[in-house]
Amino acid sequence: MADTLWIGTRKGLFALRRSGGRWRLTGPQMLGHIIHHVVQDPRDPRRLVMAAKTGHLGPTVYTSGDRGKTWVEARKPPAFPKAAEPLPDGRKAKAVDVVFHVTPGHQTEPGVWYAGTAPAGLFRSEDHGVSWSPVSGFNDHPDNPKWAAGFASPAGELLHSILVDPRDAKHLYISISVGGSFESTDGGRDWAPINNRVMVQFGPESYPEYGQDPHCMTLHPKFPDRLYQQNHCGIYRLDRPGRDWVRIGDNMPKKIGDIGFPIVLHPDNPDVAWVFPMDGTTVWPRTSVDGKPAVYKTANAGKSWQRQDAGFPGSQAWWTVLRQAMCRDEGKGPGLYLGTTAGEIWGSASGGARWKCLARHLPQVYSLTFARQMP
Amino acid sequence: MTRCRIRVASPLRSYTRNAAEVTGRGSTLREVLENLDVDFPGIRFRMIDEQDRVRPHIRLFVGVDEALNIDATVSDGATVHLICALSGG
Repeated sequence: MADTLWIGTRKGLFALRRSGGRWRLTGPQMLGHIIHHVVQDPRDPRRLVMAAKTGHLGPTVYTSGDRGKTWVEARKPPAFPKAAEPLPDGRKAKAVDVVFHVTPGHQTEPGVWYAGTAPAGLFRSEDHGVSWSPVSGFNDHPDNPKWAAGFASPAGELLHSILVDPRDAKHLYISISVGGSFESTDGGRDWAPINNRVMVQFGPESYPEYGQDPHCMTLHPKFPDRLYQQNHCGIYRLDRPGRDWVRIGDNMPKKIGDIGFPIVLHPDNPDVAWVFPMDGTTVWPRTSVDGKPAVYKTANAGKSWQRQDAGFPGSQAWWTVLRQAMCRDEGKGPGLYLGTTAGEIWGSASGGARWKCLARHLPQVYSLTFARQMP
Repeated sequence: MTRCRIRVASPLRSYTRNAAEVTGRGSTLREVLENLDVDFPGIRFRMIDEQDRVRPHIRLFVGVDEALNIDATVSDGATVHLICALSGG
């Protein structure tokens, strides 16, 4: 099986497969399904997990044990517990509307996966994604009604990032848009906000304990004390055990700003990261800034940023890149890839120095993930 | 056991092996849907959420009467329509 880029779109699943230095588009699979995320299991690369729904039907999860050739629906998809009685204040009991994000568990826990949903919920599978249970330590936390208060982004109240510390299976981070970021050190039994110095420009309080709008949070796989987030209100870095995020987006060019969805880290160097800024001014067009797409790279942990737009259209290209639609491979470049809201896939073999369109005319791209070649 | 005909909308037919109509069992929609899920695992959750609410783009009819919840009565020989409302884009 060649290196593969799995492309989750609004209308189905596609794949780009690399052979002899060329990419070949295959698919669609699941035509008409909304594919929010597809992820390979690094512990068993034959396996993949996919989050999906359709326009009419409720959310579900599919799994593959044969490198994505065939897919089987989860026997028990993520779902909140049935409420025993009506909730106070006329609130409606939560029901999963979207399974948005899936991520494999720790290396020492084969078969474990986590899923994040809208409305914000955290779920865990211990059988490769076949059956899912709520992580009640978060979903039923006494403060959960405040942390996940229903302030939905246009795509819903998304639990979109789940990070597992590679040193410790019990050390977890999650992020909610809108809600903020949270940490657990006991395998998900208890949680606490970790949002110090992350700004809220859309609420009454500039630096609340929670209620921020992280768009995407990630930690470095080899230096897991280094975290980054692309937020609704800036780009941030956090160095643990510290608790104060630093707004490294302040070092972006002012005419570009530091608003966007995705952030991608270098596989080896924790000081290197890439973002795709979008227009977050006035009514939030959520397009490339000025119709000129560009990736911005930092090589010094956010002290400065370098524009990378060679190969992209120079004008009148009004697409953007959603939070799960930018990724990298594990090569020396590394290879960087992004999928656009206009249905294109772009790749750079040179760490963003030059970009090339790998596929076009696809539906809107919701997610793009790299799956490594298998012997 | 009360039996009914179930008309299945096309988005759900991947569960019914492409059958547009299947036989149902139960005297309420709740029973009919639970039995349908036994016959075609997973189909219920795509229509009914975990709080037993009908999903936003699904409509259920018993005969020509829309059922607003799953406690509606289903009489012997009735036709249950599982309808995916026009939506999307």
